[in-house]
Amino acid sequence: MDFRFSEREEAFQCEVEDFINKELPADWVEKSIYWPGGYGTLVQFEESSPQVQQFMRRLAEKGWLTISWPKEYGGAGLSHIEQAIFHERMSYHRAPGAGIATGIGGPTIMRVGSEQMKKEWLPRIAKGEIGFWLAYSEPNAGSDLASMQTRAIEDGDDLIINGQKIWGTAAHVSHYAWMAVRTDPMAPPHKGISLVIVDNTLPGITIRPLINICGFHSFNEVFFDNVRVPKKNIVGEMNKGWYYLMVALDFERLVIPIGGFRRTFEEIVRYAREIKHNGQALSQQPLIRNKLVNIAIQIDIAYMFYWHTAWMLDKGLVPNIEASVLKLVTTELSQKLANTGMQIMGHYGQMESTSKWSCLQGRVCLGYLDCISALVGAGTSEIQRNIIAMRGLGLPRN
Amino acid sequence: MDLGLSEEQEMLKASARDFLQKECPKRLVRQLDEGDEGYSSELWQKIAKQGWMGLVFPEKYGGNGGSFLDLIVLLEEMGYNILPGPFFSTVVLGGLTILATGSEEQKTEFLPKIASGETILSLALTEPTASYEAVSVKTEAIARNGKYVINGIKLFVLNANVADYILCVARTKKTKNPEDGITIFLVDAKSQGVKCNLLRTLARDKQCEVIFNNVTVPKKNIIGKTDAGWPIMKDVLEKATVAKCAEMVGGAQAALDMAVNYAKERVQFGQPIGSFQAIQHHCANMVTDVSGSRFITYKAAWKVSEGLPATADVAIAKTWTGEAYGRVTLLAHQIFGAIGFTMDHDIHLYYRQAKAGEIIFGDADFQRAIVARELGL
Repeated sequence: MDFRFSEREEAFQCEVEDFINKELPADWVEKSIYWPGGYGTLVQFEESSPQVQQFMRRLAEKGWLTISWPKEYGGAGLSHIEQAIFHERMSYHRAPGAGIATGIGGPTIMRVGSEQMKKEWLPRIAKGEIGFWLAYSEPNAGSDLASMQTRAIEDGDDLIINGQKIWGTAAHVSHYAWMAVRTDPMAPPHKGISLVIVDNTLPGITIRPLINICGFHSFNEVFFDNVRVPKKNIVGEMNKGWYYLMVALDFERLVIPIGGFRRTFEEIVRYAREIKHNGQALSQQPLIRNKLVNIAIQIDIAYMFYWHTAWMLDKGLVPNIEASVLKLVTTELSQKLANTGMQIMGHYGQMESTSKWSCLQGRVCLGYLDCISALVGAGTSEIQRNIIAMRGLGLPRN
Repeated sequence: MDLGLSEEQEMLKASARDFLQKECPKRLVRQLDEGDEGYSSELWQKIAKQGWMGLVFPEKYGGNGGSFLDLIVLLEEMGYNILPGPFFSTVVLGGLTILATGSEEQKTEFLPKIASGETILSLALTEPTASYEAVSVKTEAIARNGKYVINGIKLFVLNANVADYILCVARTKKTKNPEDGITIFLVDAKSQGVKCNLLRTLARDKQCEVIFNNVTVPKKNIIGKTDAGWPIMKDVLEKATVAKCAEMVGGAQAALDMAVNYAKERVQFGQPIGSFQAIQHHCANMVTDVSGSRFITYKAAWKVSEGLPATADVAIAKTWTGEAYGRVTLLAHQIFGAIGFTMDHDIHLYYRQAKAGEIIFGDADFQRAIVARELGL
């Protein structure tokens, strides 16, 4: 056992840290309202300022937008531990980074796409020229995703798509849908789904905003009315979409904003040390110390799950339990952190960022709302527990 | 970064699992729990032959030259199986103390005998105040005619009932700084004036009241320097705390394994109860607790093993693991239902261990205070 980073890993960590310090606007980490684990305030909706665009360009130039990609496709060819180091540093600084196209679309195309598809899509994704949104959920297919009903019927060289997707995060600011559709209604649910890339600007597509409880336009409901998509946009083989979709989960395992938890915690600790109540710093009160320590411990544990998952992937092991536990503990920590922040800040915790009385940029106030999404998005806590029990511990299906 | 066990450690883990399963079945655990000695000399000798007592001692003292981390691997398995007896007090509390700070003469005399299973040790630190702080050491040792005379009451002393020697932590000087003026004595348990009363406890671990009434100890039996015993104790406690965490991780894993196996077999409403989400989520919560506890325990243990500062990590491990073990055994009870509430069933053995482990060396609130200090709060 050795919990230290190797020399190479340490050097890489410094390189990432230097890059961020140089390229990210100096006041970014203070200004950013992003709450760790939340889906409602993801940075791409905060502002599309020229500075952020510039940062994304620099990331692409460095090959770090596609940091998880193998070298042959223009990736950095790094170990999982190194990728984990990268995401840890990036999230610590609340830096904007990878999206659906680089994190899910690209890697899936590499694995199962045709040569033609790779040529057509990978370079543009790697340069950050195009963005995807995830068109999976439907009004009646949430946790039971395999029951999706949006149909795609073959018609010559095209597919004709009819149906509705919902919770399409960033659909309104992306170029293409990374979409799961039913192509064989007669097959069992898992065996009749295909993946297809759909241009947002095609006739028959209507994108309607859904405003989340943070007040942001983060997701959308999207309607498909006889949308004609060339068959060449089908990813891999027809009717194997469910399998690809599950495999794609592997690529997301380390995209956890682990550093964000530490950063936000440090800010709450600083607040507790600075604010005095009856002449005594809040951090001197035993109850508040206990609350803070409980969070500190759980952040430590979350970090261990994080490094352990990366380490297992490098070893060629399958982090079945660990990956779901990592999602579960970090998202639940997201709520605990918000709740603890609120308890410590009391009345001031409720002040939105625009108030002159707000503290920590109103981040805890917003985070208290955003943390609701953490336990629901990308597989609810209940679904994670099902996965841990059935896939991890081998408990029987009902 | 390498978060895995070495090949040798994997082998040690597997062989310990097999050995204990065979040599220390639950029938024996119960028998020893109910008896007054709390250990079987036959099993003790077999353990010595496995080389476990001397695992971390250098070869010149009859040991195997292993690392502290190796010992942690072994302790996890002891916790998994439950091994009643004085291994922890002899090796972790006594042996490691002598190894770290004993004189060459003491090491040569005691370590080979510990390794061979000949000598059993016990550490008498806590007193009726039930605290692990220096200020609570009231037992006095007064220099007289080139010897020391000890007077006082020690409480919650593990395995003193069968110990050959007791490491007694006593005050030799009264100063403003309570951490100054503490000395550790190696006391022959047969010395005149040593009286040991066995206490009956929740986990049936053999905790004792040890009364020192004008007990005379030669100067050469001081471990480390006179008046400078507290830093030694702090070091011992750090190691013992993380060692106890390893035992607890093993125990929690056992409770989880038992519950999951039962959930797969037990049929209600025509189905294994493990197919119900209510039970599945209990199991998912248990495995989350067990894995998290193992990760932070090994991180702390690795730091101790490498000689790195580990105060915060050890306190974090103890806070979390102590409470997690309790949660895990409670959920296991919930899954076993009524059968788990019987003496015949094994799960209550772990439930008892969990509470004893949570309390010893400072409970979660005590540890949280340390973490708070370390966080700079």
